[in-house]
Amino acid sequence: MSGSDMYRQQILDHYKNPRNYGEMQDPDFSHVGENPSCGDTIQVDVKLADDDETIEQVAFSGDGCAISQAAASLLTETLPGKSIDELQAMDTDDIVDMLGVDISPMRIKCAVLARQVAQDGSKLYRGELDEKDRTITEE
Amino acid sequence: MPTSDASGLDVEAIREDFPILERKIGGDVTVPGPDETDDQPLYYLDNAATSHTPRQVVEAMTDYYYEYNSNVHRGIHSLSQEASIAYEEAHDRAAEFVGADGREEVVFTKNTTEAFNLVAYTWGLTELEPGENVVTTQMEHHASLVTWQQLCEKQGAEIRYVEIDEDGRLDMDDLRSKVDDDTAMVSAVHVSNTLGTINPVSEITDIAHEHGALSFIDGAQAVPTRPVDVAEIDADFYAFSGHKMLGPTGIGVLYGKQHLLEELPPFLVGGAMIRRVEFEGTTWEDLPWKFEAGTPPIAEAVGLTAAIDYLEDVGMEAIERHESELARYAYDRLSEFDDIEIYGPHEERGGLVGFNLEGVHAHDLSSILDDHGVAVRAGDHCTQPLHDVLGVPASTRASFYLYNTREEIDELIDAVDTARQLFA
Ligand SMILES: Cc1ncc(COP(=O)(O)O)c(C=O)c1O
Repeated sequence: MSGSDMYRQQILDHYKNPRNYGEMQDPDFSHVGENPSCGDTIQVDVKLADDDETIEQVAFSGDGCAISQAAASLLTETLPGKSIDELQAMDTDDIVDMLGVDISPMRIKCAVLARQVAQDGSKLYRGELDEKDRTITEE
Repeated sequence: MPTSDASGLDVEAIREDFPILERKIGGDVTVPGPDETDDQPLYYLDNAATSHTPRQVVEAMTDYYYEYNSNVHRGIHSLSQEASIAYEEAHDRAAEFVGADGREEVVFTKNTTEAFNLVAYTWGLTELEPGENVVTTQMEHHASLVTWQQLCEKQGAEIRYVEIDEDGRLDMDDLRSKVDDDTAMVSAVHVSNTLGTINPVSEITDIAHEHGALSFIDGAQAVPTRPVDVAEIDADFYAFSGHKMLGPTGIGVLYGKQHLLEELPPFLVGGAMIRRVEFEGTTWEDLPWKFEAGTPPIAEAVGLTAAIDYLEDVGMEAIERHESELARYAYDRLSEFDDIEIYGPHEERGGLVGFNLEGVHAHDLSSILDDHGVAVRAGDHCTQPLHDVLGVPASTRASFYLYNTREEIDELIDAVDTARQLFA
């Protein structure tokens, strides 16, 4: 797996022009994650439909490497329409598929940060997780 | 043989001693070692993290395993005597290399990190008192910074961090104002692994001593790259790691003044560090064995000796010149670009250059450099608080050693340019 292969057009495009960037007014839930050694930080804000289950709208903010930020941006486009259960079922492979490039082993933690933040946020919202201030995906 | 630079090192001949420099990279990294998908020559510029190992060192360790592998100190049989002599003499060799008085002042540890912990757990837990303080610097490696921070927390002592100036040099006035008569320890890095700054460690030690404090100098980046004389520095403690100086992993050195080490209680206890054990109590071995519990890193000690032999054959002055010249060249080439920010001083720096390319996170940059065969370190380099001071989450660091060339720095510059184009 080589560096430039990771930096295909889609990744660079989402990094340079992040979608749904910024903080949402009145989200149903919001959560923050950080990988301290990278300095990647991501906040994910989620608005749910009236059924309290379907994701209606997602925004993110934060900064960091292209992989972490592009993954967050892509996630904000992928999640609307999905249920919280579907969000919680997403695994690393789903994120790699979403990014459309192979991610080198050392960078997986960057790719999955936004997903983990969204998942932890939804669990906190449902009371399935307590007191997890920040989400971290690095070892 | 042509020499590649003014420092007088025969880099071409040196490179032949390092088989790893010949390998290609770029293929599958989930299985260690080369494979047929590797297609990029390697430009290894991550020596501050760990250096490569010359044949001579690997062969010395192989000879040990094939010819006199045995436990040390305790056997009467021939192999054990041979191994014991080699292991003990490794202390003498390390002592001589850094100007210590003898093996009594050289304790083998796992690495620099363990050397700091050893002093924190022995001296720190018995001597450091509430109301006293430890003075260290903003540019410390976590090995030192976290150790002192946690020790101070445990002991109810205060920790003070000496600030750096705009060039990344220690603010010596700040240091003078922070060291006072309640200071018990002053700890500073000799050569910064992030900024490349070379600190005035003799002067720092003098200031510590004027206030009755001890000094502990972190030599992890200094001993591999320049002549070091602990007696001249007058440091009370000094530490370094074998793996950064052509030696194996798993061995490091804590130098300590003999009278200080004698007074300290042991760190780890068990076999090999005892003189007499009874159910009611135990007496300790002489120095340095008192601090080396259990079966020690014997092959690694043999490897460290071979590494020191290798470095001395080449000459520490020549290595220092070679490194400084490469660092200056890298600094100057990187300075040609307005979108590159370089950290640390221009003059008087160790053989490494930390920088950032505007708009490109250090991890993205190093992934792209890796694609071009250029191995650098990206991240916080175990100096997170220093990165907070610099105001960046991470940086990219190219660090040089005796086998590196200007051509490799040119490769670095070209690869940085590729990243620039990709992210433009
Ligand atoms: C200045 C400095 N101190 C301490 C260390 C820690 O060395 P080790 O990981 O071998 O314990 C390093 C190496 O990373 C270093 O550069």
